[in-house]
Amino acid sequence: MSAGSPRLAAAEPPTGSGPALVPGSPSPRAGKRLRHHVVTLVVENKAGVLVRVAGLFARRGFNIFSLAVAPTHDPRLSRISIVVDVDSAPLEQVVDQLDKLVNVVQIDELHPLDAREAELLLVTVAVDGVSRSQVIQLAEIYGGKIVDVGPGAVTVRLASAPEALDDFEEVVRPYGILQLQRTGRIALPKLGYES
Amino acid sequence: MELTGAQSLIKSLESQGVEVVFGLPGGAILPVYDPIIDSSIRHILVRHEQGAGHAAEGYAQVTGRPGVAMVTSGPGATNIVTPLANAFMDSTPLVVVTGQVATQSIGTDAFQEVDITGVTAGVTKHNWLVTNARDIPNVVAEAFHVATTGRPGPVLVDFPKDVANSLTTWEEPGPVDLPGYRPPAAADPAAIAAAAELVLAAERPVLYVGGGVLKADASAALSRLVELTGIPVVTTLMARGAFPDGHRLCFGMPGMHGNFTAVTAMQRADLLVALGSRFDDRVTGKVSSFAPLAKVVHVDIDRAEIGKVRRPDVAVVADCRLAIEALLAALRERAAARPGALDPTRIAPWIATLDEWRERFPLAYDRAPAPDARGGPPPLKPQYVIEQLRAATPEDTVLVSGVGQHQMWAAQHWRFDQPRSWVNSGGLGTMGFAVPAAIGAKVGRPDRMVWAVDGDGCFQMTAQELVTASAERIPVKIAILNNAYLGMVRQWQHMFYEERYSEVYLSPDLPDYVLWAEAMGCVGLRVTSHEEVLPAIEKANEIDDRPVVIDFRTDSMEQVYPMVPSGLSNDEIVLHPSQQGLAR
Ligand SMILES: Cc1ncc(C[n+]2csc(CCOP(=O)(O)OP(=O)(O)O)c2C)c(N)n1
Ligand SMILES: [Mg+2]
Repeated sequence: MSAGSPRLAAAEPPTGSGPALVPGSPSPRAGKRLRHHVVTLVVENKAGVLVRVAGLFARRGFNIFSLAVAPTHDPRLSRISIVVDVDSAPLEQVVDQLDKLVNVVQIDELHPLDAREAELLLVTVAVDGVSRSQVIQLAEIYGGKIVDVGPGAVTVRLASAPEALDDFEEVVRPYGILQLQRTGRIALPKLGYES
Repeated sequence: MELTGAQSLIKSLESQGVEVVFGLPGGAILPVYDPIIDSSIRHILVRHEQGAGHAAEGYAQVTGRPGVAMVTSGPGATNIVTPLANAFMDSTPLVVVTGQVATQSIGTDAFQEVDITGVTAGVTKHNWLVTNARDIPNVVAEAFHVATTGRPGPVLVDFPKDVANSLTTWEEPGPVDLPGYRPPAAADPAAIAAAAELVLAAERPVLYVGGGVLKADASAALSRLVELTGIPVVTTLMARGAFPDGHRLCFGMPGMHGNFTAVTAMQRADLLVALGSRFDDRVTGKVSSFAPLAKVVHVDIDRAEIGKVRRPDVAVVADCRLAIEALLAALRERAAARPGALDPTRIAPWIATLDEWRERFPLAYDRAPAPDARGGPPPLKPQYVIEQLRAATPEDTVLVSGVGQHQMWAAQHWRFDQPRSWVNSGGLGTMGFAVPAAIGAKVGRPDRMVWAVDGDGCFQMTAQELVTASAERIPVKIAILNNAYLGMVRQWQHMFYEERYSEVYLSPDLPDYVLWAEAMGCVGLRVTSHEEVLPAIEKANEIDDRPVVIDFRTDSMEQVYPMVPSGLSNDEIVLHPSQQGLAR
């Protein structure tokens, strides 16, 4: 991913309305996970804050792998979870620069091993009379839910640890992924690891 | 009491102690220009908004107080982006107020609408769009707080026209409440203790002093540190004057055009104590071979500078003055407990080495140039002009410069003995900085003589502000080192492009700088020979009711030495040709 274009969602590979991926092609995510750290920011819930954060990444040449934003339990504050590719820049420099943003109230960096991470996936998988029940079964095994059924496809929703989503993507890939959207991971420190 | 948003803004500026605003009105900021008439604040009408920004920077650099500029929306706002970027790089406190189209028009491509908070997000410490007149006192208080505390820098307040026109009330702002803004203050005692131990153990220490020492008003503390430890000092381009050049332990400026001793001292040091300096590429040369033997203590108020370029052995995230004072206390404590801990004989051989280098490799230029090829008088050397200027002006003169060869000669050959007596554009290297910055400096320190050493190329970028200076009776003095070239670029083409000169020739007499100066209400003088230098300077010094411009016709061929070619190690420093054969 180029330094100047922070990704605002973890739709990798890009799918949307594009053609289905070739079944069996290796996931571009495979083996990448532990190079990533999660930085969670508590920010003031003000206009333009996301732009400041994303802009800082772009300006300083840091890569955003995925990003999730939503208000916290305190409506004046939002939490931004950013997965940072630690190869792109020393994490310390990313954190120190982010910390200088006036609207950033708190910043925590979480090593994947110290974090509870979750992500949400919606995927539309091509099915026929034979494979429909297989895909439904797989969804059940992974704890997913069928949220839509059409004549030649089903849409599965799966909320889980990001690695489980990766795995699920792999197992349904051979059937033909028609559309896929992931939210980007959110994370909280494991209890006992809070800073 | 009811008042308009515009009145509230002016009242807020007054309550921040603002005495002068540099600016230029236009549609969106019009409401604010009405209450200015009745305000105690002096408004200085510039001729271009870039001039307002640089003037505010010059003011801030000499006074230590934030510079304030006010411009209209759209082109007025974009014209001040360069000064914001300049101030951001050089950590200069600025508060810029921009007019904005009315809130209901924002986002509609209204006339003179620019998303200036978006444009300037990367070149300000922070910016605000005021959407409710009630917020004005607090936003202004926050703006000044952010600009002046921690690592200082520029901020911008975008002020829509309807907010300016709406009725509101004014209340004394409460204490600034910015939960995400917590600049560090005092140093961590453990870090100070570790730094003190490194200082006591070092045999070849150097104090690598940067602009942060000036920002923190830490010069006096620094002097005490030097007196206590006897450690030699180098002052970066941004720190000239933070420690007096006249002191025997001051070895001048390091970096790409630093002197041999300052550059080489860092290369050979076993300890660098970086005080408010940021290991800029112009100082380090090739980073991997910079100061290879040195342990590093890095004192900076900006945590993000720590380890950005060079990982320190000890990091002190704190205000420089507080950190130096804490270090002094820690050293005294140790010296009391361990007699001899600060024994000066430990570093005496190191000082002797530096003294020897200084003796053998001083800054050099041709002091007796041969007559020119066509039999005319010998060319005027720019370094000679600067030496004469220094000799003929008061000790406390403020020197301002543009960007280029003349800037480097000024930084090298001027003797800086006082803090805040040197104003230049370091990090951004903004041509056109000098004239408006000199105006701002003179406004900030009317008691001081203010000289600018400018290049002919730079002068042409912002000379129009001399009209401002004439109209406002701000008697700045400008010495143009007119070498008829974009000299610094020419030097690079000379050294790295086999003397293929591409688009660097300017002409010595187009424009005619004397006529131009006079047209702008200044006194214009021309100097072509060595004999004329001093009389012209003395004449300029006597003029106190208008600006003076001296067109010094200097040697086009002169190069800045020493030079560390870009990307090379500081060990590859190139000396003046007359010194190149000398064994190091
Ligand atoms: C706004 C801007 N444009 C271009 C440059 C690149 N540049 C650096 S020095 C220089 C030449 C400056 O010429 P002059 O003012 O005559 O100074 P001299 O080097 O001749 O002393 C140029 C073009 C710059 N620093 N700033
Ligand atoms: Mg020139």
